[in-house]
Amino acid sequence: MKELRRYQWLVGVLLVALLLTGCKTGHQFVKKTQFKDTDKIVLTFAGPVDESWATNVSNFSAYEKPDPDIVLTVKEAVLSPEKTKLTLTFEAPLNTGEAHILTTTNIMSEGQDLGAAILTVKKLYFGMLVTILLGAALINNFVFTKYLGLCVFFGCSQKRGTAIGMGIVFTIVIAFAATMAWALYQFVLKPYQLTFLNIVVFIGLVSLSVQGVDTILRKVNPVLFKAFGVYLVLVIANCIAIAVPLILADNEYTGWESFSLALGAGLGFLIALFMMACVREKLELAKVPPSFKGLPIAFVTAGLFALAFLGFSGLTIY
Amino acid sequence: MAIKEKTNTQLLVDGILSENPIFKLALSMCPAVGISTSVMNGILLGTAVLFVQVCSSCTISLVRNYIHPKIRIPTYTLTIATWVTVIDLVLAAYVPVAYKAMGLFVRLIVAFAIITMRLEMFACREPVGKSFWDGMGMGLGFMVGMVTLGVVRELLGSGMILGYDVLGFKPLLFFILPSAGFFVVGLMMGFFNWIEVAYNRRKEV
Repeated sequence: MKELRRYQWLVGVLLVALLLTGCKTGHQFVKKTQFKDTDKIVLTFAGPVDESWATNVSNFSAYEKPDPDIVLTVKEAVLSPEKTKLTLTFEAPLNTGEAHILTTTNIMSEGQDLGAAILTVKKLYFGMLVTILLGAALINNFVFTKYLGLCVFFGCSQKRGTAIGMGIVFTIVIAFAATMAWALYQFVLKPYQLTFLNIVVFIGLVSLSVQGVDTILRKVNPVLFKAFGVYLVLVIANCIAIAVPLILADNEYTGWESFSLALGAGLGFLIALFMMACVREKLELAKVPPSFKGLPIAFVTAGLFALAFLGFSGLTIY
Repeated sequence: MAIKEKTNTQLLVDGILSENPIFKLALSMCPAVGISTSVMNGILLGTAVLFVQVCSSCTISLVRNYIHPKIRIPTYTLTIATWVTVIDLVLAAYVPVAYKAMGLFVRLIVAFAIITMRLEMFACREPVGKSFWDGMGMGLGFMVGMVTLGVVRELLGSGMILGYDVLGFKPLLFFILPSAGFFVVGLMMGFFNWIEVAYNRRKEV
């Protein structure tokens, strides 16, 4: 219990750090910036601001961080009655997935000039991480909508026990490997312009982390190793393990984003394996035409799952 | 050993028919489900796999006497990864549009179980010539499988082959949808099993 408490404290600090990075705005007087609906940005000030300054639309201009050339025009600025909350409505819907830069002229508060501000508006970092995680697990499930890792998927989904074991081991290894792959890509491959070596480096890294997890687990928890050690070898044969590092390198994910992508990929694989195993246990008892026994009927079942997973495609969380 | 008595032609034919990687060994299924929507994809990815398989088979076969048995698997992996990088860069440079359509799958050739399996079972024991023909057979087998799937899906889904309108109408639009890959592969596997069973039964009678 005592040990757990210590970890709780750590987790708390991490969460606060994550949330703080989301709220940083760039100007002392502006407490918070956030998106509202699809075409609004809400600014929260530390004190009341002058209405004549705040409601003048020409005081604000904004652009998406990747395209500074395209200026987004503000249609309407509404100040709340207590004069601390300003809602800016834009002419066109905003792409809330990207960070936006909002520049203002000198902020006027009770007659005082507080200087101009360049503000960054983006979604809460934590929310974005959750979006990536759920996106990888459900919306873009690696097995059912990206068609990856099928060899291991069909090989390990005959029994529920095997499915859970494989899923858990895979999640651990992939989280480990993806974090290392991110570090290696950002700090070694990219600065030295060696990105053409991606494939060679990442496959080596995955084999290495499989071997690493093997050694650590063997020493730290022999009981767990006995239960799950068999699945470790199979992780290398799973193409999701190579796909995740390649995707995070292509999309230039940050460390936490890479981690949540890997976690999502692992969770998605676990969900897919478990559901498939449940169905295949029942299929053993069903009357299947003889030429469809085994793999063919498993493929057709997976096809039905894939159709069902299409239903997630409209899901948005933040 | 049975393998040794096979001639080069037999090795080639075996890879395409009785040991077909997609329909018989059921290995490297991901691209077979994911991007078999057109014949062109099948030909391009088939070429890539053929290239990687033949090159790594020859490479491993050349240095087979110098590889320490303990590090043979990492050696195979690195050899394959090198050749995959080569074909990846070549395809990205010369056929950028098709390369984009194939997405990650070209780079994922590195994780194909079939290539490592052939190196482990064949190329590390046999001389270069035989390994070449074995690699050729396996690569062609994969290509034939992908193209067959591509023909079925493109013909039934959009009534076209290689972009030319053949049928003039669309029999089953469902087949060209991405998630239909599982159904098509499952149905075709069942169909081949059925033919085999029927053929054997006739032989017995």
